[in-house]
Amino acid sequence: MSLEILTYGFMQRAIVSGIAIALICSTVGLFLVLRRQSLFGDALAHSAFGGIAAGLFLGFYPTWIAYAVAIGSALGLSKIRQRFQISGDATVGILLSSGIAIGVVLISLSGGFTVDIFSLLFGSILLVSVEDTIFILGLAGAILIVILLLYRELSYTTFNEEQAKVSGIPVEKINYLLVIIAGITVVTSIQLVGILLISALFVIPNVTAIMLGRSFKQTAILSISFAIFSVVTGILASYVFDITPSGMIVLISMAIFVTALGVKSTGLQSYHRIRRTKKIKS
Amino acid sequence: MKLVDIKNLTVDFDRILALQDVNFSVSKGDFLGIIGPNGAGKTTLFSCMLGLKQNFKGEIKFFDKNIRKSKQYLTKVGYVPQKPVFEKNFPATVKEVVKMGLRKHSDKDDKVDRTLQQVWIHELGLRRIGELSGGQLQRVFIAKALVNDPQILILDEPVTGIDSQSKELFYEILRGLNKNENLTIIWSSHDLEAVAKLANKVACLNRTLFFHGISNEFFSNEALLKQYSESSMQMHMHQH
Repeated sequence: MSLEILTYGFMQRAIVSGIAIALICSTVGLFLVLRRQSLFGDALAHSAFGGIAAGLFLGFYPTWIAYAVAIGSALGLSKIRQRFQISGDATVGILLSSGIAIGVVLISLSGGFTVDIFSLLFGSILLVSVEDTIFILGLAGAILIVILLLYRELSYTTFNEEQAKVSGIPVEKINYLLVIIAGITVVTSIQLVGILLISALFVIPNVTAIMLGRSFKQTAILSISFAIFSVVTGILASYVFDITPSGMIVLISMAIFVTALGVKSTGLQSYHRIRRTKKIKS
Repeated sequence: MKLVDIKNLTVDFDRILALQDVNFSVSKGDFLGIIGPNGAGKTTLFSCMLGLKQNFKGEIKFFDKNIRKSKQYLTKVGYVPQKPVFEKNFPATVKEVVKMGLRKHSDKDDKVDRTLQQVWIHELGLRRIGELSGGQLQRVFIAKALVNDPQILILDEPVTGIDSQSKELFYEILRGLNKNENLTIIWSSHDLEAVAKLANKVACLNRTLFFHGISNEFFSNEALLKQYSESSMQMHMHQH
């Protein structure tokens, strides 16, 4: 593969925004996966599809409406789950199908949009503009700062809500904040992998990292590394082989996951751990 | 000095009384054992005291302040739950879990290490939390409760389902904390023998409080012990 492709502006923008998106998806995703809300990102992405369709139908900037709808859905979903004690997977199922349904109905009503539905569904990272890249970088930076500042509160609430509450952590506010961040992350990431594959970025690197990581910090670093590696190699490979980047990114993510499963099942990881422990003792 | 003062505490779930007119206080340095059969209201009492349950009647004061007015008292209280519920695959080490409980400290790692030593699990610091046994887990949760140097430690049946060797170790830690560091402990338990050995005060709860006072007075009074076992038996029959 020639390094010449890295000199192209569109490729540089794709890689830079891809890395930023990988960073936030894996970080936010780690908290969601550990809270058994792995499909939450998927549900929000589907509701964002409804938001984009509504924006186009009503003549507003679709991305802003998508942000509003995703955040509204995230908060609504949390409230419904809390108030009516409906199980998490059921509420995700409702949001998932209703988001797409709203989108499809609005598209039919308008007789089709000029916007490329395929790129909404599967992403179009190679088309990001300079403005988009700056926006994604800014948003990713803001999300990471909030997560770093509230790291203890977020991890403690994820570990055990009741104990966090007794420690004086405002658990409900932290939970709402996390779903708002998840909503923003999802809409920002639609450009990279599209609506249908978004949960892969939230879930696969984290499940892989949880299998291998010995500590929370190590797991977070592993998850971020897997996500960034999948995104960068996925984008480069898609250009070389002329295929959709999102599919390639998810497949590379899956390949890392399968390799990790292999490492785990053959006991390679424990072998290295025993050797390390022996070294420390001697 | 009264650290905890509870007056006329009444709690009902859909008109079924869980606690009725409970009154007691806890002084600095007390080791209070709360005993009572299953369903006697011990966990409900703790939920009210820790601010997890808000809809109760009566008054609960910590450090002379009504807990309805401020949650500030929680910074001086450590809590060990009956059975720590968490995702078994949670990728955190023992040190990281204890550190979660730590609010502000100049040297967090040093503080965590010292707390782990206090409960004799320093060597487990780098182990993943899901790999520990029940007894080890409870000591981690004690460390987490102690890491902020609380003035009161509340434990809700902390040794349920733990082997007898781990139980003895756990009791030894509690005794040391109370005797050597003058830590006030409120502890609910089914283990009357352990309560008789460790606690200087006892509260017998069975929806109402039918005894609160010096431990020796309770355990040397045949009539009170008989009343306790009869009421426990009634509760047991009622539940079945």
